[in-house]
Amino acid sequence: MNELPQQLVNGLLLGSMYGLIAIGYTMVYGIVQLINFAHGEIFMTGAFGALTVYIYILPDGTSMLIALPLMILGAVIVSVTVAIGAERFAYRPLRGGPRLAPLITAIGLSLALQQAVWAWYPDAKSARTFPQIEGGPFHIGSITLQTGSIFLLIAAPVSMAFLGYFVMKTRTGRGMQATAQDPDTAKLMGVNTDRIIVIAFALGAVFAAIGGVAYGLEYGHVDFKMGFILGLKAFTAAVLGGIGNIYGAMIGGVVLGIAETLATAYIGDIPGLGQFGSQSWADVWAFILLILVLLFRPQGLLGERVADRA
Amino acid sequence: MRQRSLIAITAALAAGALTLTACGSRDDDGGSDSGNGGGGGTTVVIGVDAPLTGDLSALGLGIKNSADLAAKTANKDKHVEGITFKVEALDDQGQPSVGQQNASQFVANDEVLGVVGPLNSSVGESMQQVFESGNMALVSPANTGPSLTQGPDWRTEKKRPFKTYFRTATTDAIQGPFAAQYVFNDFKKTKAFVIDDKKTYGAGLAGTFTDEFKKLGGKVVGTEHINPDTKDFSAVATKVKNSGADVVYYGGEYPQAGPLSKQIKGTGAKIPLVGGDGIYSADFIKLAGASGTGDLATSVGAPVEELPSAKEFVANYKAGGYKEPFEAYGGYSYDSAWAIIEAVKTVVEKNDGKLPDDARGQVVEAMQNVSFDGVTGKVSFDEFGDATNKQLTVYAVENGDWKAVKSGTYTG
Repeated sequence: MNELPQQLVNGLLLGSMYGLIAIGYTMVYGIVQLINFAHGEIFMTGAFGALTVYIYILPDGTSMLIALPLMILGAVIVSVTVAIGAERFAYRPLRGGPRLAPLITAIGLSLALQQAVWAWYPDAKSARTFPQIEGGPFHIGSITLQTGSIFLLIAAPVSMAFLGYFVMKTRTGRGMQATAQDPDTAKLMGVNTDRIIVIAFALGAVFAAIGGVAYGLEYGHVDFKMGFILGLKAFTAAVLGGIGNIYGAMIGGVVLGIAETLATAYIGDIPGLGQFGSQSWADVWAFILLILVLLFRPQGLLGERVADRA
Repeated sequence: MRQRSLIAITAALAAGALTLTACGSRDDDGGSDSGNGGGGGTTVVIGVDAPLTGDLSALGLGIKNSADLAAKTANKDKHVEGITFKVEALDDQGQPSVGQQNASQFVANDEVLGVVGPLNSSVGESMQQVFESGNMALVSPANTGPSLTQGPDWRTEKKRPFKTYFRTATTDAIQGPFAAQYVFNDFKKTKAFVIDDKKTYGAGLAGTFTDEFKKLGGKVVGTEHINPDTKDFSAVATKVKNSGADVVYYGGEYPQAGPLSKQIKGTGAKIPLVGGDGIYSADFIKLAGASGTGDLATSVGAPVEELPSAKEFVANYKAGGYKEPFEAYGGYSYDSAWAIIEAVKTVVEKNDGKLPDDARGQVVEAMQNVSFDGVTGKVSFDEFGDATNKQLTVYAVENGDWKAVKSGTYTG
């Protein structure tokens, strides 16, 4: 049986997850040139926010059709609160200081958030199960899809389209583009840059929250460490796509996801490379791809379209 | 501005100094306590090293609680006259580097005479040398890597590398082949897809399973090494589905095994996953979800709940009010701690009821000859420090719980 279509779908799903998180990295970087390493944890707290809504707020046995929108809402509220709080109390006091100060703060914040969830969320010391949508799996030709994956397949492009519209068409979005190009001039033109920065953090958090819910539905559990590796991968995706470019983040994510999946599936079949084909080598291949892309396009896949930075 | 930062630094220093003084005085108190206690009784600390946080904490906390129960039982029964046992647990997070630091910390603490742990074979590897230098006994309830006791060349020439290391668990050299025999002979599966996580434990188990499975006439239709840092195994799951395998053997632990099993079934393939004692945990069932029914795990010893000798342990554990279940290694941890207690008893009785100056060395020597009826059966150690009890059990997931299917001894 030909497994290529299924593997491409696997890669697309993984990549969409990377992309949703990568948007947060890229928006914040585009505007304040800060690599927000705590973003993976914003994603993680979002997932726990959704879990909280389902377990502790909704009555037992609520249908997922009703629960899901509320869970997304809960995830968004938690993620956005954490992100805005981080911006206000951890990053804003350091704005204008040396570049490394906010970077180190971000790493510290990432650890602090992980440990806070570990210590205070009930039973979060090991993985917690996440509610699943009933039904499925669905078979389309040789492709099998889980119900949880369908949420991700719909959510990622819809949120992307929404973000594109927001950045290109709305007044705030244009303010973001202006701030990204030149914060000082934007300020002189009457753009409230402080507000724009908060909005960039908040928007990134919204996407991370949707990613968090998608993660829970896809893998069936959430844990306090889930944001760390995924955050690093998403950051890689943002760089691959051209950091600062919102479409680049999504495309970088999908390219990275598909590259990892195909490396797992097919490198081992190439004669002589058998031992480099397993999943434990997939990251190596993904990063070789990253290096190759950056050698020829140091600005990333879509990095040139500076005007779209937001 | 400068002055202000000066004040800040001074304040910080002052606070630091205060904290340090506080520590110092607490240490002094501790010292005088044990000084006074010399007349009434000596405190012996049994160390516990296990992952108390993170993915593997379910197993780790079970180890800690069970060792604690052993110490409390010994104190209550006055098992060793004049000695009060105390358990001190350190968290190794399943990381070899952290385990090594913990090992140094235990060796530096004079009250510690023996340590129960660790859970992971790779962590055990990093701790052995420290204990050897400190001449202190390390008894693992869960390490199954053969090279830990039989040297790196255990397949051809067995040679014990560390005389201070013991274990109550059986090795992968037995567990892997035992699983292979069950899968081939009883479970009637002939085409296996073997996956491991490249860690000492997982790769070792997968290796011994593969050897025996091929010897029996089974076919390994594919191998794969997963990256334990990720939870996305969809690419691997698709490969498994298309390989035509009728069983998956996974060498590794439940945080990956659960999602792996779930994702393999998610492809629509009804292929059962079989693993070692590393997946024999309630958390595996939680992570694998409903589709995990029918998955198998082998674990060391007979089922703790069914052994007559274990009834008392289970009852006492419940009465002890521990928050976490004792999990796969509870009985072995209790026995490990009890082996240390027995060894201390021998040493103390030989020395007219007092601890000798080189207590650690003597405990290691006494450990070699320990023999008692423990929770998991007869506990004693062979010339390599391995448990003489070589019983194993196959468990299957049924109605959201592990059910013992077959218990037996592996005989070559």
